[in-house]
This record gives sequence, structure tokens and C-alpha cells, in this order.
Amino acid sequence: MTRLNDKYMDIDAAIARIEDGASIMVGGFGSPGTPFALLDALLEQGQRRLTLIKNDANESDIGIGKLIGAGRVDRLITSHIGLNRVAIEEMNAGRLTVEIHPQGLLAEKIRCAGAGHFGFLTDIGLGTEIGEGRREIDFDGKTWAVEPAIHADVALVHADLADRYGNLVYRGTAINFNPLMAMAAERVIAQAFAVKAPGGLVPEQIHTPCAFVSQIVQVDPATSEQGRRAHAI
Amino acid sequence: MPSDQQRILARAAREITAGQIVNLGIGLPTRLFHYLPPDLEVLVHSENGVLGCQLIDNGAEADPEMIDSGGAYIGTRPGASVFDSALSFAMIRRRRVGITFMGAFEVDRQGNLANWKIPGKFSPGIGGAMELAQKVERLVVLCSHNDKHGNPKILEHCRLPLTAPRCVSLIITEKAAMRVTHSGLEVVDIAEDLSVDALRAATGAELIIDESRLGRF
Repeated sequence: MTRLNDKYMDIDAAIARIEDGASIMVGGFGSPGTPFALLDALLEQGQRRLTLIKNDANESDIGIGKLIGAGRVDRLITSHIGLNRVAIEEMNAGRLTVEIHPQGLLAEKIRCAGAGHFGFLTDIGLGTEIGEGRREIDFDGKTWAVEPAIHADVALVHADLADRYGNLVYRGTAINFNPLMAMAAERVIAQAFAVKAPGGLVPEQIHTPCAFVSQIVQVDPATSEQGRRAHAI
Repeated sequence: MPSDQQRILARAAREITAGQIVNLGIGLPTRLFHYLPPDLEVLVHSENGVLGCQLIDNGAEADPEMIDSGGAYIGTRPGASVFDSALSFAMIRRRRVGITFMGAFEVDRQGNLANWKIPGKFSPGIGGAMELAQKVERLVVLCSHNDKHGNPKILEHCRLPLTAPRCVSLIITEKAAMRVTHSGLEVVDIAEDLSVDALRAATGAELIIDESRLGRF
């Protein structure tokens, strides 16, 4: 585990430790909470054969969409890729392996890894095509499907505020998968719009305690792509 | 004369009552926001992690970190909360969301729903639809009565992969509102300008119709 006082670093130094073939959890639901700056640094540095775990595939020209378009992703574990035309084409052409999970199961599988559990038992998806291939067990007179936790080498998360120890505070619907992934990976790299000195955050309001976070980088909200593609109802 | 979608939405809005926790699916159901009276005390759940979504006031600037599950900018109403995705689905699985509205490719007489995959043609993933369909007590399907080729979407048996079995409570189309009951699909309301025979002809499942009790909409 990274020492408390060694976590705050330059974005390129943080991303440079990611290797080819890494499995990487990426926060975000659509644009909010997607760590765009960390993903751009990953695109720049050229790591290949990646497995990404993200709720969705962003849109084709932002976020993980750029990595998929550049042929850098072999496998995507997700709940929905409908807004990314390129990801659908890559999947249909057999160049991208896509593993679909119902969104709540995906979240819980990641949460379970972060909580140090093997997995959980669920009745979600029993009797449907998407639930096929799972091991089922009878317990207390009911049938349950076994859902193992999802682990990863690295998590890339976006927070609103942080301190240099790596305590994180999220905001609005940018919370989504970020606090779950921030507990589930071997190494957690967080970007935040502001990184304060220790003591600069209210202890009771911290969502992710710094014990889970390996590296923290500060990014400029003005250069962020987040929310760019939202629309009015 | 309202459009088909306006007719569906106006009828659907009647299913929402004060005090409820409501989930609105992506697409047409999201537009129900425009049919909720501003003073109606309901909390709209969005599975990306909000309870208490509301439309942004006209002219107000959008917060880029506040969207609903369909990617639209939203605001929050008094009493709202925001939370992570695991908690959002715990709320669904623990049946704390009272009613949800979603679209359909096919829905059948037993209340089976197919709305996520057309093998070989459309398989972008399932998002949060499975948990919502399986665990929300009241699922209202909002869809056109027939597909763009005129084929019925309401069938004796769904042919496409199911989102969840036996999950639908009510189906609202531009032609009718139909309740799923143990004995089959019971027509509650029929469109103002439609005959019972025309409704039956446009539907791929047997319908239970008691003309003496039939509402119009």
C-alpha cells in the first residue's frame, strides 16, 4: 500500500504504472463521474490489451470510447453500450469481447470485491437468458444464483474533492460506481477537481476513506468533458 | 387531437399518486415528468443514483454532474438524495420503488416482458431494466400498440429474450390500457375513437372486454 505522504502525484506518473493487459475499473455513469483526464493520459501512454469494467461505454469520441476506438481494449465488462456506436461495431466485428451484466448485479459484484467477500447469492435474472450459465444453489427452500465478485488490477475514479492522503468526496450523480470501484481494485488512482491538505475535508462527509486510495491527482474542471453530451428531457 | 404519445403519457400519468416513489425508464417514460403536476408530492428515482429528480427550471443552467439514467440534465426537488449505484439497486431489490414505467418490444398475456434484446439485430445491453422489472411492485409498460411494420407487440407469448417473467401490471398503448390479471389481459380503457373489434384485430393476444365497464381515454 502506498504511504500516505507519497500518494499525491503527477497524472502521467500515476498512469505510467499501469501495464499492458491490465484489468481496469472505470467510474462513471454516462459522463458524470467518468475520470476523463486519467483516461486521456492512458490513451496517450499507449497501454494495450486492456480489460475495462465500466457501467457503459461512454460515447464513441469521449472517455473509454476513445480507448475502444483506438483498439486498445480487448474486453469490456459492462451493463449497456447503447450510446457508443463504435463499441457496438467492434463487438459485432468480434474485435471487442463484451460481457453484459444487469446494472445492479454489476454494481453489487464490484461492491462485494470491495467488501472482501467472495460474492453473493441472488434471484435476479433467474429464468432469463442473461442469467444462464450461472451456478445455482438451493438454500432455505429457494433457488439462488451465485454471483462472484469482480476484482481488478486498477480502478480509475473521479471525485469532486480530495485531500493529499486520498480521502475522497463525490458530488451529484458523479457518485455512481466510483466509491464501489475505489474499494475493489488492487490499485486505485483518483482524480479530483481540488486536492486539499489533510484536514481540509469534513471527516463525516468523506465517502471513500484514504485507506483504499493509492494515488491522487488534481485535474482542471475547465478541461473536463463531463456532462458534455447530456440533453434536456 | 393528441398525438399517440401524448395520449399514452396522459393516461400513464393517472397511475401516479401522491406519496409514491416512481421510476421512469429511458425514452418515452421519462417524458412523464411533463405530465406530473408541480405540487404532486412524489419522488422520482433514477437508477444512476437519485431519489427526487425534477426538471430543470426553464432558463436555469444545468449542473454537468446531475443527469438522469437517460443522460438528460436534471435538478432535484426538496427531500431529494443522491447515492451510489449499489445503493440505488438495493432500493430497487428491497422493493422501495413503488412503480416503474418502461417501454417494450413485446409483452404477453402472462405479463412477461421483452425489452432489451433482438437477437442478431439489437443487443446494446440491459442496463437496470432487469432488476426494475423483477422487483418493482407495479410495472407499467408504455409502448405503441404495434411495431413499425404493423405487427402487434402484445402477444399470447413473448418470442424475444425476456427482461423478466410475469412482471407487468398494466400495459398502456395509444389504443388501450390493459391490466394483466390471472385470467388474462383485461381492457380497462379504450381509445376514444376506437371500436372493440378494431382493438382486437390490432392485438396478438386474447383480450377480456366488458363493454359495460369500459373507460375511454
